[in-house]
Amino acid sequence: MRPESMKIFDDLRNLNVLTIQNAKKNGEKVVGCYCTYSPQELILAAGAHSVTLCGTRQEPVAAAERDLPRNLCPLIKSSYGFAITGKCPYFEAADLLVAETTCDGKKKMYELMGKIKPMHVMNLPQSADSEGALEQWTQEMHRFKAWLEQKFAVQITEEDIRKAIKLMNRERNALRRLHAVTKFKPSPITGVDLLVSVWTKGFNVNKEEGIKLVEDLAAEVEAMAARGESPFTADAPRILLTGCPVGFGSEKVVRLLEESGASVVAFENCSGYKSLDRLVDEDPNKDVMVALAEKYLNIPCSCMTPNQGRLELIGKLAKEYEVDGVVDLTWQACHTYNVEAFVIRDYVQKQLNLPYMHLETDYSESDVEQLRVRVQAFLELIQG
Amino acid sequence: MITAGIDVGSVSTKVVLLVDNEIKYLVRPTGWSPRDAGEQTYHELLAQVGCKPENVAYRVGTGYGRISLGFIDKAVTEIHCHARGANYLVGRGGLVIDIGGQDSKAILINQQGKVIDFTMNDKCAAGTGRFLQVMAAALGVDVSELADLAAGRNPLEINSMCTVFAESEVISLLAKGADKRDIIAGIHRSVARRVWGMASRFMPAEQVIFTGGVARNHHIKDQLAREAGVPVIVPELSQVAGALGAALYARELAEKC
Ligand code: SF4
Ligand code: SF4
Repeated sequence: MRPESMKIFDDLRNLNVLTIQNAKKNGEKVVGCYCTYSPQELILAAGAHSVTLCGTRQEPVAAAERDLPRNLCPLIKSSYGFAITGKCPYFEAADLLVAETTCDGKKKMYELMGKIKPMHVMNLPQSADSEGALEQWTQEMHRFKAWLEQKFAVQITEEDIRKAIKLMNRERNALRRLHAVTKFKPSPITGVDLLVSVWTKGFNVNKEEGIKLVEDLAAEVEAMAARGESPFTADAPRILLTGCPVGFGSEKVVRLLEESGASVVAFENCSGYKSLDRLVDEDPNKDVMVALAEKYLNIPCSCMTPNQGRLELIGKLAKEYEVDGVVDLTWQACHTYNVEAFVIRDYVQKQLNLPYMHLETDYSESDVEQLRVRVQAFLELIQG
Repeated sequence: MITAGIDVGSVSTKVVLLVDNEIKYLVRPTGWSPRDAGEQTYHELLAQVGCKPENVAYRVGTGYGRISLGFIDKAVTEIHCHARGANYLVGRGGLVIDIGGQDSKAILINQQGKVIDFTMNDKCAAGTGRFLQVMAAALGVDVSELADLAAGRNPLEINSMCTVFAESEVISLLAKGADKRDIIAGIHRSVARRVWGMASRFMPAEQVIFTGGVARNHHIKDQLAREAGVPVIVPELSQVAGALGAALYARELAEKC
């Protein structure tokens, strides 16, 4: 029982490639982003398309390892591999790249990637509520805006930004609505499908169309839920996934969980809910750049220190989605999430009183059977 | 009632028949086909006990080969089977450490035998039976002799965790004229430390229950006790703890249906 609209999403990635190539032919501009800290509003306000670039597949990792250390997060290697092999049409289409100083691996990789295409790196404060952090991040917003204006020879007006903020908030709201369908028990959609649809949306060139697609899917799934349709049985353990970003090609843990009988209902990671939890303040009396800075600075990514926000978000989602267990996924060599796992374990087990499991893996299939044992044992633990 | 637990590990296959409260068991090497090993060992034990296959009420499979077994009623992970078996053999819960041929695990169980949390070693072989096998081969001794050779010796420091590097470390120690038995003691300590490094996060626990093939090595048991600072118990049937746990699950499930 799969939502009909999923078929559209399945084809979307290829379709989007054509759309973006056409857009390029028409002289439209494209900016590629890697991370949820990228303020897409400024890109849109500059009259350009913003696309999320690929970094969730295993294929280009080997090529990346020619330049990068082997013992590095697969997300970084995959992103870089796509960039140097020319296999990602979105990367090829991008006129400019924007990145942030998040984790060490990424920021050093960006230095190498910056040799391939013009890249702007935003200097992210490492602590959201430290003194001066907001001012500094607002400054970075201005720097990025000025860079876009200069590169594209355009003028970004306040009005453009306000319009883009409204649009992006609408997109966030649509995605929030889609995420919320899994609150039904049992969930009417698989975690894999939810992930694929949210992830594919990132490649959508036309924001309005993308919002409509997400809303249509949400409406269809809501209707399925109302009819009591679900791919799961009522007793399928409900799982919250937290940790590193997951996308198409790197969904193996989600797949394993669902193959083993669980239903992944909540994605706390930044490929899921993390970046949606907070909208940009639309208050017309507020400085737009500060409004943007506030939103993005408060994303509870593990590269922030401390990162209390992640605990709060996990707690909130665990409750709202009535989960039975938390799985914390760390990509190999991601130090920030890996170290944070200790705090998350403690919080989930002692404060939320929920079973917790931490997994560390990469994009390869080499450990699938070992992971399967862990996943199954975890589900047995939940089911008692 | 008769129920069966079949534990197909990477090295050996263990089958337990629970005939009312009596435990019958058989251990055979797994060889190259987990499927055949599971099936043959099961039928061999049935024949020994004089029990017809149709008289077995329920069969639970576990271990890495559990998915390939065609004749079982249900597969349960080794984590839960080991916990269940260990708790049955020892009682009172505790921290179960199972070192098998290919992997090692630490499982925290409560007084009722319920699994609270668990962890397993990562991809590499450090701290597993395989590590010991490679080292024994490098030293030209049989794995079964290791414990006696190491008893009462001065453990030499083995620094490498990686099996390949540890092997060359052992060879260079030999070349330098170090005593084989001190090297073996060092290898044992390194296994115990490695495993304890993984398991210690579950402390405090009253006792450690040591199961799996490596638990038969009394010297590793002593080293582990040194690390743990709590009693380490090796139940008599430790080697079949997983299969026993599976048979106990089978009994519970048979009673339900
Ligand atoms: S985890 Fe952090 S650094 Fe990585 S993509 Fe998400 S927000 Fe960016
Ligand atoms: S998963 Fe971790 S190491 Fe990889 S890019 Fe994100 S923050 Fe960096």
